[in-house]
Amino acid sequence: MNAPVSLKASDYKSDLKPVWCPGCGDYHVLLAVTKALAELQRPAHDIAVISGIGCSSRIPAYLNAYGFHGVHGRALPLGTGLKVARPELTVLVAGGDGDGFSIGGNHFLHACRRNIDITYLVMDNQVYGMTKGQPSPTTAPDWDSALSPGGTGLRPFHPLVIALASGANFVARTFSGDIKGTTQTLVEAIRHPGFSFVEVLSPCVTFRPEQREWKSAVHAAPVTPTDDPARAARRIMTDDGFNTGILFRGTRDPYSLARSDTVADMTAFERPFEL
Amino acid sequence: MTGKQPKVLISIETEAELLAHAHAIEQDALERYRMLADQMEAHNNPVLAELFRELASHEEKHAAEILSRAGNIALPDLRPSEFKWPGVDSPESAELDLAHYKMTPWHALQMALRAEQRAFAFFDHVVNSAGDPNLKAWAEEFRDEEAEHVELVERLLEKYPEPEPGWDEDDDLPALQD
Ligand SMILES: Cc1ncc(C[n+]2csc(CCOP(=O)(O)OP(=O)(O)O)c2C)c(N)n1
Ligand code: SF4
Repeated sequence: MNAPVSLKASDYKSDLKPVWCPGCGDYHVLLAVTKALAELQRPAHDIAVISGIGCSSRIPAYLNAYGFHGVHGRALPLGTGLKVARPELTVLVAGGDGDGFSIGGNHFLHACRRNIDITYLVMDNQVYGMTKGQPSPTTAPDWDSALSPGGTGLRPFHPLVIALASGANFVARTFSGDIKGTTQTLVEAIRHPGFSFVEVLSPCVTFRPEQREWKSAVHAAPVTPTDDPARAARRIMTDDGFNTGILFRGTRDPYSLARSDTVADMTAFERPFEL
Repeated sequence: MTGKQPKVLISIETEAELLAHAHAIEQDALERYRMLADQMEAHNNPVLAELFRELASHEEKHAAEILSRAGNIALPDLRPSEFKWPGVDSPESAELDLAHYKMTPWHALQMALRAEQRAFAFFDHVVNSAGDPNLKAWAEEFRDEEAEHVELVERLLEKYPEPEPGWDEDDDLPALQD
C-alpha cells in the first residue's frame, strides 16, 4: 500500500472560477499544474506562482498558492527576485508567448543565463489572446488576419532554441491537451535544479480556432533527453514544432546567493535611501 | 473522435487499487462537469450550465456509492502518477477542448457518451486481464454499470437531434478582425 497522500490536485485550485473561453487550452494547463503540485506534495504556502499579463497570466488567481499577477512582460524579474530572497519556495513563473517573448523577451534571455532555480511555463498560442488576436513573436509569418493582412512576413521566434542558447538548464515542450504528459514534464521541470523552461502548446480557440487541430499534430519526441546542448539544439532546430517531451536536461549548477549575503545589515543598506 | 482510448497495457492488481481507480474516475468526472458548468455560466449559456450540473450530480452519486460499497476495504491514497489511466486523462472526464460557448445539449451528451464509453473500456480491460476472481467480479460490476450509463446517455440523445451546421455562428463576434 502507498504512503498516505494528504494533498489532492483539487486542493491546489482556488475558489475563483476561470473566465477563459470554453475550449481554451489554458484550462488543461491549470489541471496539469494542480496535478503536478499534488504529485510533489508541496504545501500551498511553500509555492508561489508569478505571472505577467494576458489570458494565460490569470493562472495564479485560479491556484491555491501564493500568487502575484504582475506587470506585462515582467513575470521573470519578479520570480527571480522572489527566489533569490526566499530560496526555500517553489517558484513557478507562468504566462503567454506575448508576455514572455515580446515585451518580456529580454528578461527571458537573462533568466535562462542566470539559471536560478525556477520553472518558467509559457502557454504558447502564437497570438495575443487577451488583446483580441494580434500576432505574437511565435506567430507564423503567413498567418493572415485583419490585424496583420497577408501575415507579418516575419521569421518566428524559436523559444526552445533561444532558451538553450541562453543557458536554460531544462528545456521541454508539451501539448496542453496531454494532461498526463504536461503534468509529468512539469514535475520533472520543478524538480530539476536551475532554470527550467516548459513551452506548452495551448490553443487559443477564439482567435486561432484552427489550433483545435493541434491535438492531431503533436507527437512525442522519439528521443531521450540529452545533456548535450549542441545535440539538443540540432534536434530542436530540425523538428516540426510539434515534437513534445523533455528535449534537454542540463547539468549546470544553479545560481545561488549565499544566505549570509542576503541578511547583511539591512539598516546600513537602507540608510542612503531614507527620506 | 470516439470514446476509445489508446491501447496501453494497464494492470490493476488488487481490489483496493481497482476501487481507488473506480472512485477517482467518478470524482474526476464530477469535477470536470462542474468545471464545464462554471464555464457555461460565465459565458451565458444557462441551459448547458444546468445540464452539466445535472451530469455532475449523477457522478457525485456514483462516487459516494463506490465508497460505501468498498466497506472495510481501505482505498490506497494514490498520487496522480500512480493512476494507471490508459489515455492522457482520467477516462470518464469530459474532453475540455471540445467545449464551446454556444454548444448545445447534443454536444454535451456526445461528450458524456464518449466519457462513459471510455470508462466502460477501462473496466472491460480490467475484466479481461484480472487473474484474481474477486478483482474480476468487481470489474465486471463496474463495467456493467458503465454499459447502463452508455445506454442511458444514448436514450437521452434520442431527444436531441444533431444541430445544423452554423450552430456556432455568432452575430456579435469577439474578434476585432472579423
Ligand atoms: C505594458 C503593457 N503593454 C501592453 C499591454 C496590453 N497587453 C495585455 S495582454 C497582452 C498580450 C497577451 O498575449 P500573451 O502574453 O501571448 O497571452 P495570452 O492572452 O495569449 O494568453 C498585451 C499586449 C499591457 N497590458 N501592458
Ligand atoms: S482569447 Fe484565446 S487565450 Fe484567451 S481565454 Fe480565449 S481562447 Fe484562451
